[in-house]
Amino acid sequence: MAEKKHLLEVNHLKTSFYTDSGEVKAVNDVSYYIDEQEIVAVVGESGCGKSVTQMSVMQLIQSPPGKILGGEAILEGRDILKFRATSKEMRAVRGEKISMIFQEPMTSLNPVITVGKQLTEVIRTHKKVSRKEAWQMGVDALANVGIPEPEARMKNYPFEMSGGMRQRVMIAVAVACNSRLIIADEPTTALDVTTQAQVMELLLDVVDKMKTSLIVVTHNLGLVTRYADRIYVMYAGRIIESGTTEDLITKPCHPYTIGLLNAVPKLDANEHEQLTTIEGAPPDLANLPDTCAFLPRCPYAAESCRKLPCPELQQVGEHGHFSACHLKIRREDT
Amino acid sequence: MGKYIIKRLAMSILIIFLVSVFAFSLMHILPGDPIRIALGESVSEETIAEYRAKYHLDKPIIQQYGLWVEGILHGDFGKSLLYGEDVTTLIKTKLPVTMAIGIPVVLISAVFGILFGVVTAVKRGTWIDQVITSIANIGIGVPQFWIAILCIFLFGLKLHVLPIQGYTAPSEDFGKYVYMAFLPVLCLSFGFIATITRQTRSNMLEVINQDYVRTARANGISEGSVIFRHALKNALIPVITIIGLQVRIIVGGSVVIERIFNIPGIGALLIRAITERDYFIIQACVLVISLVTVGCNFIVDLLYGVVDPRVRKSWR
Repeated sequence: MAEKKHLLEVNHLKTSFYTDSGEVKAVNDVSYYIDEQEIVAVVGESGCGKSVTQMSVMQLIQSPPGKILGGEAILEGRDILKFRATSKEMRAVRGEKISMIFQEPMTSLNPVITVGKQLTEVIRTHKKVSRKEAWQMGVDALANVGIPEPEARMKNYPFEMSGGMRQRVMIAVAVACNSRLIIADEPTTALDVTTQAQVMELLLDVVDKMKTSLIVVTHNLGLVTRYADRIYVMYAGRIIESGTTEDLITKPCHPYTIGLLNAVPKLDANEHEQLTTIEGAPPDLANLPDTCAFLPRCPYAAESCRKLPCPELQQVGEHGHFSACHLKIRREDT
Repeated sequence: MGKYIIKRLAMSILIIFLVSVFAFSLMHILPGDPIRIALGESVSEETIAEYRAKYHLDKPIIQQYGLWVEGILHGDFGKSLLYGEDVTTLIKTKLPVTMAIGIPVVLISAVFGILFGVVTAVKRGTWIDQVITSIANIGIGVPQFWIAILCIFLFGLKLHVLPIQGYTAPSEDFGKYVYMAFLPVLCLSFGFIATITRQTRSNMLEVINQDYVRTARANGISEGSVIFRHALKNALIPVITIIGLQVRIIVGGSVVIERIFNIPGIGALLIRAITERDYFIIQACVLVISLVTVGCNFIVDLLYGVVDPRVRKSWR
């Protein structure tokens, strides 16, 4: 496999929130990359730091209480974390180079500004075009994301649209700005099932047509295995396993990944069969143990795990398959 | 939209009608005969009867009310019971004075209140926020007359930079008007700015954490537009209510401030009329003030629709 140049490379990212109960290490030494025209999924439970990681790269962390403590994010050869959060350079990255799509389509658009005005404002922020040209680009973008009667829709307010429609508008922003990378943070979670599939298909279609890359942040491992090239699994602010989708499904190494895969509901399962769950709850990020963070919930926990420090990512297979576990487990063994 | 406006308009007219009935009833509900108060004890019954006839007080109450309203519709508020002055002329001379103080107060309060509210919200937790918020808290807690006394003491008596009383009409000498009106406007604005600042600050803080503000930032929108276009427009909706309530002072004036600074406005007139039981003046003042108050509320209702499309939609 020829070495491709990474589109975005994040190294040793650390983000903490300073709260009354102490420092919450939301992102704890996270490194990942995405190549041109690649689809990468970041999977994990709520509160594992997967969204905060993306928000950190975009420098959209509320500060205070949040603070990016270290690390770099190389986009096209430049470390974008070096830019000041409100600087012109950073704003040029946001929206133009990297577009974000959020979980809550009902609240992600401004309720008192028309869709057209919101869309054209973003376009005119990044492209030197007249008001009229921007409007036409907006209409085209809406048409491209499959919104009927785009001309009329431009004059609508967000509350006059359905959730799926609004999520299409969010995608239209990325289309209009010709972004290199789209970060979709739980893009379909808040939608109903049929709309979920449509929006996801649209997103993949846009990625394919525009030759962009896509990072999908989700808690639904079952969903992303269908289209992601590679997967990062996060737990307690760290990446605990990464690899190609095929490797991760067929030979997961980390007990947490194994747990997640077992928890995916199967259509062919016996109707009386109970869904498998991972026992326990995610750890308190303000009081992380020195040992492996998954230890209290781990079904394979060995005595040695209690004595060893938190495990680092180690290569466990080809094609960049890494896992952070002291034990050498294969799913076949279970 | 038309239906909503007509409904609000009908409601406003009903309120004004009720206020007029209430204001008119005052003279008849309160103990004491206004004519006897006006003329004193030592007048003959004939003179009193003559006086009564002159003011239509010898007629049935309903007819009196009818005559009063009819007069108002023709621009005639009646005559002062004590001095025989034409009430309409009185209002016409006093109202511009009160408005010359009230209008700058409302404008200054709105502009600075919103500005300070935005600044304190954006700079939350910094010393700027703490200083302005502390002053705003004082402004809300401290009564106007006390601030007025302090200002008179400091600027008038100690520093000798501003006059402590009096009034000059802007049409007469604009420079002198600014000079004379400075302290009363400052004292009246202080509390209003404080109220608007606090309201704007808390609304902005709420709005700034909304998803759509994050979206605007994520799309690379400049911070200025994020704050003043995306956030402020949403935060303004409750602030409009507060400002609308304050517009009343454009006509009502502040009784206390007009008294302290010896400004010959509606507030001062109303006080005089109440102490002397000059009923036609009281009625006229109450009616004019409530007319403007109701009018302002009506405009505020329309402004909601201008700012919030969801409200506009619900009108249809």
